[in-house]
Amino acid sequence: MEVPDDLKYTKEHEWVKSDGHIATVGITAYAQEQLGDIVYLEFPEEGEAIGKGDACGVVESVKAVSDIYTPVSGEVVEINDVLKESSETVNEDPYGEGWLFRVEMSNPEEIDELLDCKAYQAYIKEEEA
Amino acid sequence: MSKRTPLYAQHISLDAKMVEFAGFEMPLEYSGIIDEHHAVRNAAGLFDVSHMSQIECRGRDSALLLQYLTVNDVAALVDGKAHYSLLLNERGGIIDDIIVYRHAADHYLLVVNAGNADTDWHWLLGHQQGDVTLTNRSGTSALLALQGPNAEEILQPGTTSDLKALKSFHSVRTTVQGLPVVIARTGYTGEAGFELSMDGSDSPKCWQWLIDTGSSRGLKPCGLGARDTLRLEMGYRLHGHDMNDKTTPWEAQLGWVVKLGKRDFCGRAALVAQQAEGCKRLLVAFKMVDVGIPRETYPIISQRKPVGYVTSGTHSPSLRKGIGLGYVPPKLAAEGTKFSIDIRGKERLAEVVALPFYEK
Repeated sequence: MEVPDDLKYTKEHEWVKSDGHIATVGITAYAQEQLGDIVYLEFPEEGEAIGKGDACGVVESVKAVSDIYTPVSGEVVEINDVLKESSETVNEDPYGEGWLFRVEMSNPEEIDELLDCKAYQAYIKEEEA
Repeated sequence: MSKRTPLYAQHISLDAKMVEFAGFEMPLEYSGIIDEHHAVRNAAGLFDVSHMSQIECRGRDSALLLQYLTVNDVAALVDGKAHYSLLLNERGGIIDDIIVYRHAADHYLLVVNAGNADTDWHWLLGHQQGDVTLTNRSGTSALLALQGPNAEEILQPGTTSDLKALKSFHSVRTTVQGLPVVIARTGYTGEAGFELSMDGSDSPKCWQWLIDTGSSRGLKPCGLGARDTLRLEMGYRLHGHDMNDKTTPWEAQLGWVVKLGKRDFCGRAALVAQQAEGCKRLLVAFKMVDVGIPRETYPIISQRKPVGYVTSGTHSPSLRKGIGLGYVPPKLAAEGTKFSIDIRGKERLAEVVALPFYEK
């Protein structure tokens, strides 16, 4: 299972990429694999203030509904609109074109509390056991 | 501890995602639900449905027993013919929906839902009388479903029986690649196709032959996920979801199965009474007008009040829309009626439609 080493992760299977100011959020390859074919997404609103751990969106596959929890606090500055017409992109390219939304972080230190790729890989192993 | 079908090793070698279903470890999907769904609609799919239970009924009084315990008219069956039917309790509630096969005048086979196998078995045993021997054949045989427009051309070279001559809901005792198999023209997908019943130990060979010979004609192994989206696009009810022992055939809109004109059967009096009184709720099929996917248990809302609930819902891969079944008061059951589905706190508009959802 692909787990890039330049990203941070949550136990809810989101990934975050930070430039120190803006964080891009998506779901991991493991998450999309577990969900199966993704057919519907609900995003937070642009401009919405969200706090770390808030359920701020939904990913639905044919079989299952799953909440998206934001790994960082801040203001939503962009959502990946094109996914509304092509939600399968989240399956095909979860770490790239399948990103979900961007947050202007109010507390960039929150990033440090997240799992690095090794810790996340270990966590998946635990979940699968 | 979950049970495994005789084809468990095949599923693992095909890298299926496995789930527990009715006490069995079953394949949920192989290449993906949507891909498998389209394979069945456009080419062919192969399902392991060996978790379905089989109860054999032998003896001179078999027809008498089945005539009393099922709602369809067993007298209308001839050797090799099958029909869809229901087991009802005295209150008219649906214990299970089943397929009844007549092999001979004194030999019938019931194919029942895995989740209801024990209940059905004890229900039948409790009513057994006269010259009737019941045998629970669950666990010894395998059942494969080969479904889709290419099913016939895939299967035909493997059998000496003329599949063209096999009519809907008829079965034939024959061989496939030399293995003894009962082929029936039945299914749960809305596509042309067959269900193949055989000894569990023969099934891996039959499965592998179908996969090998079928792949050039677009055949894909399919799991329970696609089975669910395919059946729901046709509006086929799923017991334990769209109906249970507290819903009657009238409420579940399965009146066409019930033959009131035949001799007395279990639940008949309750059905006649409800027919006179009228139903308080009816199962309807609805399509989402707004975006969103209805899911089981979501409330159905009309004029801001909850009036019913969703019993099955999914994203239809063929229609690329949310579809569902649910119970509503009769005044909201007419085609074209609009109501809302409460999807995680938001009211999303839906419209009652005629079944099937999907037609070629």
